[in-house]
Amino acid sequence: MTELLLGTKKGLFVLEGEPGAEFEVKARAFAGEPVEYALRHPGTGRLVASVTSAFYGPKIFYADDAAGEWEQADGIALPEGGDEALERIWVIAQGEDEETLYAGGDPGVLFESRDSGATWELNRALWDHPARPHWQPGGGGLCLHSIVPWPGDPDRLALGISAAGVWLTEDGGRTWRQGNEGLVAGYLPEEASEEVVAGLCVHHLERAPQRPERVFMQFHGGVYRSDDAGETWTDIGAGLPSDFGFPLIVDPADPDSAYVIPLTADTDRVTPDGRVVVHETRDAGASWTERGDGLPQQDAYLTVLRQALDRRGEGSALELYFGTTTGEVFGSGDAGASWFTAANHLPPVYSARASR
Amino acid sequence: MALVRLRGPLKQRAGDRSDHAVEGGTVGELLGQLERAHLALDGWILDERGLIRRHINVFVNGEGGREDTPVSPDDRVDVLPAISGG
Repeated sequence: MTELLLGTKKGLFVLEGEPGAEFEVKARAFAGEPVEYALRHPGTGRLVASVTSAFYGPKIFYADDAAGEWEQADGIALPEGGDEALERIWVIAQGEDEETLYAGGDPGVLFESRDSGATWELNRALWDHPARPHWQPGGGGLCLHSIVPWPGDPDRLALGISAAGVWLTEDGGRTWRQGNEGLVAGYLPEEASEEVVAGLCVHHLERAPQRPERVFMQFHGGVYRSDDAGETWTDIGAGLPSDFGFPLIVDPADPDSAYVIPLTADTDRVTPDGRVVVHETRDAGASWTERGDGLPQQDAYLTVLRQALDRRGEGSALELYFGTTTGEVFGSGDAGASWFTAANHLPPVYSARASR
Repeated sequence: MALVRLRGPLKQRAGDRSDHAVEGGTVGELLGQLERAHLALDGWILDERGLIRRHINVFVNGEGGREDTPVSPDDRVDVLPAISGG
C-alpha cells in the first residue's frame, strides 16, 4: 500500500492505493487552506505540514493522524521587529539523524527542528549572510525550495534558492558558500556583474544517494549535473524537448538516473505539444528517453510544480507519482515504463510525497 | 481598556472567547498585547514586523483602522478576516 500526501490549494489530501489502480482519498485536513508541503516522518510516523493561510500567515503543523488534531509548531517566524516577514514554507525535508527536519521558505530562509517538527529554529548563518542583499526573488518569491542532505553526514547540506542559486555547507549550517560555477542564465546579460549572477533561478535539486557528490538540477533554463557536490555544473539538457521545467527526481538505486517533466518554456508553462511526458536518463544525462505510456498524449496542457513529483522505493520497485495544477495525479509502478491515473478532480496540486 | 472582538479561528485561539478587554494606545499596541496574552494567537494577526496581516481587516468603532490608529478606552476594535480568496 502506498500513501500519497498531496499538498493542494485547498487543503492536504491523504490518498492510499496500489500502483495500477485509482487511489482512495482517506483523509483531508486544512480544508480550504493552501497546503504547500507535507511529509510523513519515516522514523516517528508523524505528519508534518506547511500551511499558508491567506489570512493568518505561514505555519507548520504536526499530527500523528491526518484526520485528528493538528498542533502548531513553534518557531516558524523571522526575528521580530525587522523589515521582513515570513511569506511561505515551501518544503520540509528529513535530515540525516532520526529527529532532524529542515524547512525552507520565503524569503530564502532555512529552519531546523531537532524534535521531529514540534519546535524550529531559524538558521542564522544563512539569514545573516552578507550576500543576502543581492538575492533576487523568482516569480514565486525568494523561495528556498530544495534541501538536500548528504547520506551519513549531517554536516553537509545543499540548498536551492530561487533566484539565489545553490548554497553549500560542510559544517552543519554554521557557514554557507555558493556553488554556481557552470550555470548559464539565459535571462541575464552575458556581462552581468557577479552580484547579479548570484541571482540564479534554481528550480529543483536532487542528490544521488549512492554517489552523494552527484547532484542533479532542474534550472530555469537547463538541466544540470554536478559531480563535485554542487561546486560546478554541467548542462545535460540536450535531447529534451525543452530546457524549462520544475520537478526532478532520481532513482536512489542508480546514481546515473534522473526524471524530469519539461514544460514548453518559461513564457508557456504547460506540457509541450499537448503531450504529458516524463523524461528519464539512465546515463547521467547523456541521453533521455520518453516515458509517456498511459499519460495523456493529446490536447493535454498541464503544469507540474517543483514539489509535485515524488517516488517510493527504488530500482525495479521504483514507484513515481506526480500531481498537476489541474488536479490530476499520475503514478507509475514500474519506474516510469507505464503510467496510470491515481486521482482526478482534486484542487491544484502543489506537492506530492509518497511513503509507507 | 478598549474592547477587542475576535471571530472564527482567532476567537478559538484566544481561549475560545470573543471579547477581550485590552490596554493600549494604538491598534498595533492592542493587538500586540492580545497576542502576548494568548500565545496560541502569536503571529496570527500581526506579522514579524508588527504589521497587520494583509488579509485581516481591523475596524475601530466601525471605521477601518491600521497599526497606528489611536484607540481610547471606550473604543471597540473588531478584527475580521477579509472577504478574499480564490
